[in-house]
Amino acid sequence: MSADTVETKGFLGWIDKRFPLTKVWNEHLAEYYAPKNFNFWYFFGSLAILVLVMQIVTGIWLAMSYKPSAADAFGSVEYIMRDVNWGWLLRYLHSTGASAFFIVIYLHMFRALMYGSYRKPRELLWIIGVIIYLAMMATAFFGYLLPWGQMSYWGAQVIVNLFSAVPGIGEDLSVWVRGDYVISDVTLNRFFAFHFLLPFVLFALVFLHIVALHKVGSNNPDGIEIKENKDEHGIPRDGIPFHPYYTVKDIAGVVFFLAIFLAIVLFAPDFFGLFLEAPNFQPANPLQTPAHIAPVWYFTPFYAMLRAVPPMFGSQFPGVVVMFAAILIMFFLPWLDRSPVKSIRYKGPLSKIALGIFAVTFVVLAYLGLQPATPVATLMAQIFTALYFAFFLLMPIYSKIDTTKPVPERVTE
Amino acid sequence: MNKLIIATLLGLLPALGMASSEGHLQSANIDLRDQASLQRGAKSFIDNCMGCHSLKYLRYNRMAADLGIGEADLRKNYILGDAKPGDLMTNALRPEDGEKWFGTAIPDLTLVTRWRSPDWVYTYLKSFYVDPTRPWGVNNLIFPAVGMPHVLQGLQGVQEPVMTEHHGGEGAPPAVTGLKLAQPGALTSEQYDAMVRDLTNFLTYAGEPVKLERQRLGWYVLGFLAVLFVLAYLLKKEYWRDIH
Repeated sequence: MSADTVETKGFLGWIDKRFPLTKVWNEHLAEYYAPKNFNFWYFFGSLAILVLVMQIVTGIWLAMSYKPSAADAFGSVEYIMRDVNWGWLLRYLHSTGASAFFIVIYLHMFRALMYGSYRKPRELLWIIGVIIYLAMMATAFFGYLLPWGQMSYWGAQVIVNLFSAVPGIGEDLSVWVRGDYVISDVTLNRFFAFHFLLPFVLFALVFLHIVALHKVGSNNPDGIEIKENKDEHGIPRDGIPFHPYYTVKDIAGVVFFLAIFLAIVLFAPDFFGLFLEAPNFQPANPLQTPAHIAPVWYFTPFYAMLRAVPPMFGSQFPGVVVMFAAILIMFFLPWLDRSPVKSIRYKGPLSKIALGIFAVTFVVLAYLGLQPATPVATLMAQIFTALYFAFFLLMPIYSKIDTTKPVPERVTE
Repeated sequence: MNKLIIATLLGLLPALGMASSEGHLQSANIDLRDQASLQRGAKSFIDNCMGCHSLKYLRYNRMAADLGIGEADLRKNYILGDAKPGDLMTNALRPEDGEKWFGTAIPDLTLVTRWRSPDWVYTYLKSFYVDPTRPWGVNNLIFPAVGMPHVLQGLQGVQEPVMTEHHGGEGAPPAVTGLKLAQPGALTSEQYDAMVRDLTNFLTYAGEPVKLERQRLGWYVLGFLAVLFVLAYLLKKEYWRDIH
């Protein structure tokens, strides 16, 4: 039954003697055994790949008509929206796709938090995932400048200015990043270059993510290692071949996702000013700062944390450190969780409450990051920033002292 | 717990959407399907606004096709100067002249309803009032210190502010709380509202000419996906029958 011993004939045989086509097909699809108890939360991995491919394809076609120059960028986007055949659809698919990508990934990450998918032996899988998330954020940040609207311009100005808060080298560093003293044509050109490059890096990282996943096998809602219970053929008793079972299941998931996604693309592409922000329909004006600058929604939790930290010693640097720490702390998650069980199903009340508070915290921070920084909002942001870090930093304690329920031998329905 | 989290997330969405809305705007109540209104709006934009404000991302012939304007009608009643039907709807005003005359760059209005809102444009055009301290003798209730003169004053008439001394407590400067028509214009107030509504309708069309088309397609796409989902679900169920 091993993939190496399969004899193929004809054209496929000719290929298989030169390229391990059947072997790869079997190892990663037809004979890749996934737990049979995947639930709703397990759709988002395949959906993330779908959105990534869609972003790359629409992005390449947009690049055929887009002009990365300060003089022409804004006009070329409107040219795509009006004069390019189906250009409006490409553009809305791409702009809505960016938000959809983050929604899918946030749900995918939340799944990992719930079921302990970052725990041994999946630490490296999780770490590659966090790197993918970082690459996604970089890609989205570079891409958001390209329409060259007011929010594109001033959002980039605010974020690149963060580098100038680095002690000593800050000013030089921010000039180096921009290639100018302000966001300008030079900056737009290099951001476009990176925005075109990074998705392919992302694609390679996703490949590594899947290689790592298939080495250790998929986790499941019970947090049980199905490889520890195999039948006489060496097949996990709770495993089913990914193809055809999860391929047909994912097709249904894809259609359901597309219905929601295309409803937004075709009926509310600006999504109440969240996916396409109203000020971005005004061309970038370096001489006119908008009254209220907020990044796109998927960055706002981190933006809220940045603003929550008051300047210390006349420097914004501590806020910048906190913002980056909020992302980097995710790398340590596999070693912060000391619970004897993986899945939230068998963890005690402390872990459940902590995860619940964390989910609410993330949403509240996202909301606060969109709002002007009033004293009340800043105080709220400070409290929720503390809660955000408490989820990680206190995890070694609460996950260890928490009660647990007995984990079953086999997966449950 | 999953349901609770999803409910929380969904519950917060409307709150996020409200973040950018503005207060005390009047509803423009426009209808993008009303081609007669769009044609009247296009005509009054070209007659009253286009001397200064361009629509530089919209082409005459695209507008004609979408609004049901015939080519002869387009050439006779809509096209300015020696422009061709395939040209963008620009004007001859030089940006530096605009800045000299009005103290600020004159904005292109193709996307104005997308970065303001249709209601804002509608309310703005109805909110000019007499203010002798301003260079053009007028100010605007929702755009204080506006640089633009009230071009439609001859049609609307002259509006005077209703002031209050008590707004904002002791020592606060008097504030404008409302407007009243002091001197009627060529149009009645209903006629003026209708004209401004047509203008707003047209500008909303100009902001996204494809809007009706994408919504029309949307129903077909969702119908197709609904059928496809049923098939995909039945396929999944068929395959999964032997899994327990």
